[in-house]
Amino acid sequence: MSNHSNHRDSGMSDHGRRDFLKKSGLLTGSTLLATLPSFASGYGFHSSADDTIKVALIGCGGRGTGAAMQALSTKQNVKVVAMADAFSDRLESAYKNLNMKPEIAKRVDVPAERRFVGFDAYKQAIPLADVVILATPPGFRPMHFEEAVKQNKHVFMEKPVATDAPGIRRVLAAAEEAKKKKLNVVVGLQRHYQPNYREMIKRIHDGAIGDIVGGSVYWVSGGVWVKPRQAGQTEMDYQMRNWYYFNWLCGDHINEQHVHNIDVANWVKGSYPVSCQGTGGREVRTGKDYGEIFDHHIVDFKYADGTTINSQCRHYEGTYSKVDEMFVGTKGRIDSFGGRANALMDYKGKTLFSHTIDPKANAYQIEHDELFEALAKNQYKFADAENGAKSTMTAIMGRMATYSGKMVTWDEALNSQIDLFPTQLSWDAMPKILPNQDGFYPVAVPGKTIAV
Amino acid sequence: MFKISFWGCLFFLLTGLVQAQTPELKSYTQDIPGSKLKYDLVAIPGGTFMMGSPATEKGRKADEGPQHSVKIEPFWMGKMEITWDLYDLFAFHNMEKEMAAQNPGFDLAKTDASTRPSPPYVDMSFGMGRAGYPAINMTQYAAIHFCAWLYAKTGIFYRLPTEAEWEYACRAGTKTAYSFGDDPKMMDQYGWNKSNSNGAYKQVGKKKPNPWGLHDMHGNVMEWTLDQYYPDYYAKKAKGTVKEPYAKVTVLYPNAVRGGSWDDDAVVARSASRIPSDPSWKILDPQTPKSEWWLTSASFVGFRVVRPLVKPSEEEIKAYYNPPLMEDY
Repeated sequence: MSNHSNHRDSGMSDHGRRDFLKKSGLLTGSTLLATLPSFASGYGFHSSADDTIKVALIGCGGRGTGAAMQALSTKQNVKVVAMADAFSDRLESAYKNLNMKPEIAKRVDVPAERRFVGFDAYKQAIPLADVVILATPPGFRPMHFEEAVKQNKHVFMEKPVATDAPGIRRVLAAAEEAKKKKLNVVVGLQRHYQPNYREMIKRIHDGAIGDIVGGSVYWVSGGVWVKPRQAGQTEMDYQMRNWYYFNWLCGDHINEQHVHNIDVANWVKGSYPVSCQGTGGREVRTGKDYGEIFDHHIVDFKYADGTTINSQCRHYEGTYSKVDEMFVGTKGRIDSFGGRANALMDYKGKTLFSHTIDPKANAYQIEHDELFEALAKNQYKFADAENGAKSTMTAIMGRMATYSGKMVTWDEALNSQIDLFPTQLSWDAMPKILPNQDGFYPVAVPGKTIAV
Repeated sequence: MFKISFWGCLFFLLTGLVQAQTPELKSYTQDIPGSKLKYDLVAIPGGTFMMGSPATEKGRKADEGPQHSVKIEPFWMGKMEITWDLYDLFAFHNMEKEMAAQNPGFDLAKTDASTRPSPPYVDMSFGMGRAGYPAINMTQYAAIHFCAWLYAKTGIFYRLPTEAEWEYACRAGTKTAYSFGDDPKMMDQYGWNKSNSNGAYKQVGKKKPNPWGLHDMHGNVMEWTLDQYYPDYYAKKAKGTVKEPYAKVTVLYPNAVRGGSWDDDAVVARSASRIPSDPSWKILDPQTPKSEWWLTSASFVGFRVVRPLVKPSEEEIKAYYNPPLMEDY
């Protein structure tokens, strides 16, 4: 952690790139905003008489429970006081898991009357807290984030932050509101809190390898869990359980996982792409358990200066795996952020800067450590939502390109009116995507499907 | 006459029976049914050896002593670390099915009941390579379930080595710090460590084997054993308080891991060196509860399997293959 301080204290230069970063909100985390000693704590923070920071957990899956655990593992006096989930079994198992370790359990103060179940559960949990953790499937994020900001709450929300353009626009509007209200918002794009990324990208921004003129970002892997349909489930119940395979909930794996690497491309470039084109499909994962999403996407993201960054993501078992990023600059390159020892190299093989990862530095913990430290000190330091939304939009734009097979511009994508969210949320309501008689869902066909 | 031939027959019958039960201890290649994969096993004769290191050994730690005599029953040990090629067949049932479809003659039903790892969220090889490279990042629980799967596939009982078996096999009759002597400078010929790995594991079997023909015992990846790790285990055992040279696992951390890795200094790969597992090996797992199958942050830990000459009873096998599932927070 000690090596963060240099980064934090680094002054803003007049360099155009950094100026952009500042304006665009890209320098989130530790660099965007200085401490505001006069910051008034009037926005739901320190609402209790003592120093307790009260947390509501919205979305009690494995990641939500993990995030709550990380919040409870910070140095501050944090308590989880409310929990909400669509499913009671998920909520109760999360409650049980949070109570397994005595030192964590003593900070879990969630009696039955503060455990809320159902689609509206978040509305009951949010008012009870100073900080809300939003960790449901991403389709719900815009609605939940909007509500949290409306109620003047600080937020930790998992990536991605939406699954379609209307959702992104809601998050961007709420992000503006959060800024006005000086609400800290941390987004779980945890590479922004990971020491090696911070150190390496700071050097890249300072010009160590010149201007970035190309690169590739990857999430090629074997895929994730699948939840088979159970007898007696309603369609809504099934899609909610097997949420990874439905776009209104997940946004496809280019969004759900690969947003991390795409976000790194934006971070390194210091901007967002102006257009993209790509290809994708379902080659291996074609069964009815896999909903509508593709199993591979390859996208060229084009930035305003003409630079193209290639993105690859794939869910094939038994193939080469890589979750990483590489970039080339006019003076040098970085081949990997994923290894233990990272290095910026020039084209003669000379190391320009290297950084070895402390194996104990856990970015998932650091993001909470820094957020709760800021809250305890009454500081406004984190405004991650805008970048979270724009990097999510980049991934969604990639999906629009691979589904449609067309060139898609940023403006078209951001203004898309395609709204994937169901018109009604209840266990009996029908999502917009439904299976055919044989149980298969319609899948996008490039060249035919309208995806923007 | 009648009497003699009756006893004679009985004698031959019994001898035949015993021979059928106790296979000959010689090195062999295990075919993996339903696939094209093979796994070489090296015969390790039984014997007695001094476990631990002398107080004078360079780089020695207190948990390696006092040296004490341990008797080892004969067994076979994997010539190489288990590679992703084989581990992926276990971890991904679809791959196993597809491989079996290309290699007919194996009844997949035998492995259908196997408990298998949940798919990892990120690539557990961390881009260091898969074909021919050692599988890593599995928990000890997962490594044991791999053995159970292998038993279902082959009918041969395989398990993790005990710490004592591991060190005995690593030493291969030697008493020096490494099986090739005391000079870590020779390590470059025998093992992968920080000084020659260039920051990643390597395909198995690329360095010289030890005197008994086992590769990568000094480095490449650390290897799981069956034992709980107690720093004072030898002190207790040497006093006679612990007779069995095997410490049954009762809590999740730490367990004993052996052999050093690509990410360690050579000294960690000495024959007697013991490494305790640590909760930080799952530090990157952002979920709660954490995966019982994947470590996520231990790209330096793999394993190889052993087969004891005398097959235990089905009851004992069941006990080996059903370690308690311990929650990990």
